Amino acid sequence: MEQPNLNYIQELSGGDLEFEDKILSILKIELPEEINHYQKTINNQDFNKSAQAVHKLKHKISILGLEKAYSFAEIYEKELNSGEVNKHFEFLKILDCMSQFLAKN
Amino acid sequence: MNCIIIDDEAAARAVVGQLCKSVDSLNIVEQFSNAIQAIKYLNQNEIDLIFLDIHMPDFTGFDLIQTLKSPPKVILTTSDKNFAIEAFEYECIVDYLVKPITLPRFLKAIQKAEKFNVPKKALKEAFVKEDNSENQLYVNIDRRLIKIDLPSIYLVEAKGDYILIKTDTKNYTVHSTLKKIEDKLPDDLFLKVHRSYIINLKKIIDIEDNSVLIAKDVIPVSRSNRPELMKRLNLL
Repeated sequence: MEQPNLNYIQELSGGDLEFEDKILSILKIELPEEINHYQKTINNQDFNKSAQAVHKLKHKISILGLEKAYSFAEIYEKELNSGEVNKHFEFLKILDCMSQFLAKN
Repeated sequence: MNCIIIDDEAAARAVVGQLCKSVDSLNIVEQFSNAIQAIKYLNQNEIDLIFLDIHMPDFTGFDLIQTLKSPPKVILTTSDKNFAIEAFEYECIVDYLVKPITLPRFLKAIQKAEKFNVPKKALKEAFVKEDNSENQLYVNIDRRLIKIDLPSIYLVEAKGDYILIKTDTKNYTVHSTLKKIEDKLPDDLFLKVHRSYIINLKKIIDIEDNSVLIAKDVIPVSRSNRPELMKRLNLL
């Protein structure tokens, strides 16, 4: 499975460690909130809202350098707008991988 | 240039803030997590440039631009590639940055912003060939402009940042607002009966106290819209 990385964050920071700490702290707060929100929309079968939640999560996926996961999320977002939820568990794996990565950094 | 950042995502605000540090001429004066707070600020303060997210809860970036009488320059920041055409409808929009934003692409946008002062009507016409026919509407779905015959639409429903357009043959989910499509629909055929629904009056099957049956959908009618609905019907 594709693994998250800090390449984009480090490119942006240009060695500014304060920024790197700041963005990682924000991600550690925002990612679990967004995952919870996404999960609630799935539980409520409100798939248009789920699509919006996936849309928002896409940015974090890209910040952590997950290019394949980003493409996957783009397709999943469209499918959710048509009421298709088949990729839910695969998407959860990506989110779990991101959470684990952030816990280590 | 005095700038503000509007994005509901703190990580996105941090990224744009960091990118701005690379340009001496940019001065971030405020950051906002929602459009309403930003509008209040913009009504009282003059700024030169907004970094604006499109997808925000309740009030989108496009909604924000529409509420401002003379919006400053705007650089859109979004995870969605599908709004480039819509962006050209606004004269204030300088550039359109797709997240994740890289430094070279950001610098290009700032160069454009520094030179920007030309209204973009001509550009808009190059990108969107508008159909003057009153019976058709083009909607942007997955970077394609799809033609919909207006009389075939029986219902438009607000769905958060999207609208669901139901026609006799197909349904379309479009990133837009009910207000925007309401302005495009002919008044004699369509009526907003609820804050989330516009119906085609010719497609009504029956009406109960607070609802209408239209195709297979039962649509609520709000108390305030009911008198107008009754007025528009050919009652015996």
